[in-house]
Amino acid sequence: MSKEFLTAIPDGAAGTTADGSLPVRQERRGNVLMNKEFLAFIAVAALLAAVPFTFGSSITFIAMCLAKGLAVLGILILLRAGQVSFGHAMYFAIGAYAAAFLSSAFRGIDMMVLVAAAILASGVAGAIVGVFVTRYRGIFFGMINLAFSMVFYSILEKAFHITGGSDGMRIRRPTLLGMELRRAEFDVAIYYVILVFALLSVWLVWRYLRSPMGEALRAVKSNETRLEYVGLSAKSVLLGGYIASAVLCGLGGVFMGMVQGLATPEHAFWTRSSELVFIAVLGGPAHVAGAFGGTVLFEAVRTYAAALLDDSWQLILGVTLILIILWAPGGMVELFRRFTGRNRVKTVTSGEAGR
Amino acid sequence: MTLNFAVLALLDGIAYASLLFLVAVGLTLIFGVLGILNIAHGSLYAIGAYVAATLGQWLVANGYNPWLTFPALFAGATIVGIVLGGLLERLLLQRIYAKDEILQLLVTFAVFMILENLQRMIWGVQPYFMSTPLNLLGNVSFFGINYTAYQVLFLPAAAIVVLFALRHFLRHTSMGAQILAVTEDREAATSIGINATRVYFMTFVIGACFAALGGALATPTTSLVTGMGANMIVLSFAVAATAGLGQIEGAAISALMIGIARAFAVYLSPELEVIMPYLIMVLVLLIKPNGLFGKVTARKI
Repeated sequence: MSKEFLTAIPDGAAGTTADGSLPVRQERRGNVLMNKEFLAFIAVAALLAAVPFTFGSSITFIAMCLAKGLAVLGILILLRAGQVSFGHAMYFAIGAYAAAFLSSAFRGIDMMVLVAAAILASGVAGAIVGVFVTRYRGIFFGMINLAFSMVFYSILEKAFHITGGSDGMRIRRPTLLGMELRRAEFDVAIYYVILVFALLSVWLVWRYLRSPMGEALRAVKSNETRLEYVGLSAKSVLLGGYIASAVLCGLGGVFMGMVQGLATPEHAFWTRSSELVFIAVLGGPAHVAGAFGGTVLFEAVRTYAAALLDDSWQLILGVTLILIILWAPGGMVELFRRFTGRNRVKTVTSGEAGR
Repeated sequence: MTLNFAVLALLDGIAYASLLFLVAVGLTLIFGVLGILNIAHGSLYAIGAYVAATLGQWLVANGYNPWLTFPALFAGATIVGIVLGGLLERLLLQRIYAKDEILQLLVTFAVFMILENLQRMIWGVQPYFMSTPLNLLGNVSFFGINYTAYQVLFLPAAAIVVLFALRHFLRHTSMGAQILAVTEDREAATSIGINATRVYFMTFVIGACFAALGGALATPTTSLVTGMGANMIVLSFAVAATAGLGQIEGAAISALMIGIARAFAVYLSPELEVIMPYLIMVLVLLIKPNGLFGKVTARKI
């Protein structure tokens, strides 16, 4: 990022001369935007880091939003390839159950071990399932993922002597780097751990989507034939994205499980998967910020709509989703850009902004 | 496993398959013509069941002839299919035919969420039950097994009537021919004077009626609970995808396959019961990605 920041300066100077042709100006705009976004990223990170000192009562809510946002970030990667999965809640549940099994088998296990186990488990599961599902596109991709997740859900629910059935499994409070934590300390500690992982993931996904593999992922959506002519296999490009998205969902699951102290089969039910897709579309697939913005909005509506109008959150969110798809297909990201007058930049660089 | 159990499982499977087919055929018809996988189909199934149950309970409570609950099942389904299905197509789906199939899927998912919520608001979370038609028809005996006539005779008969009526409708009526023409090539069909907008509307309403009919006919055999729509949409997709999306006769066969496999699983290893439909679907699709009877379409690559 800093390298682009440096190149932006001479470009900016060149932009004032007469020979500033269109491609150069595009470059400059892109970089100024990148720079602004980097500042926004730092600002948001600082704000979130200050939350335990300012709005201490809301850290659990934000921690859960960040955990879910990680999973949505995974969905975002697949959306970049034009694919939606209606089964990624499976990896969310795999992350949570990996923690549940380990914490019940080994007392006083460390949080980092649980996180590593969740990454490993969801990554391996993603690779195995991914090999099959990446043969499909569109509706079939979405629905075969759904079928896999429903098989997994049913196993979790039926094998109650192993998984605790529909009651789920408790996740004991783990230690953090060897430290025993009390309830209140743990809440703050896990908040920061989730925050660090969320920021790290945002940065990595950002880099990934800008990398050649990320570009190839976009080509899966726009033109697979061309991708194959370039010499890349569409299937393995998609598989890479699929595993990355599975790992992000697993991370989200293990964090959600540790915050709630519970792993239940509900985590894997197909409506949960659809919720993740829903949030990604609500937030806007064009930008990583959409994943977290969408999650906060979704969870806020879910939590506070109940107070406004009894048991109506699905109704409100359903209507919102339809309105978004019909009139603002870019989600909150697009609305934000319209509001701040940035959509001109978006059209100039034809959607390149804010990758 | 004795012969008795085998017969019992078979009868269970046939009864279940009949309901599955009714819902799946609506789903597959809509997909075949409109190209939309309607997730709200599960809600239409659930709401059809609730409306039929409410209508039936009202008839019984007011002292009408209990046999009237039979036409009530069909009336409830038709009302739901025409009113709800019609409104959905007119107000919403017509706006999204040009959009990406993923967005179409999400719009129907949003409708599903809204309808689930409305259904909870109207009928609450208490289970509903209306078994009058089941009791009226009494039991029949097959190889010494007593089974309710409603499930082993009436339901399969309804499914078979629907299958043949739909075949006849599509192949031997003018409207059916128009539907097939639009499915083949919407542009060409429009250019020879077929009103494609109307064909889409009709198809969606017919498909919605089948979903509601599946729900209405399921009413006497099961208690209605929230979440039944969410389960049914996944199951009916499994049936439709196993057959190949858009395959009507195929859906009947795969509904039988899945229904009977599930019923045998109940008796042989109950843990597998819920997994069975998905297992069959995943296995079939791994070997034949277009389903058992689906035509091979040109791959993108």
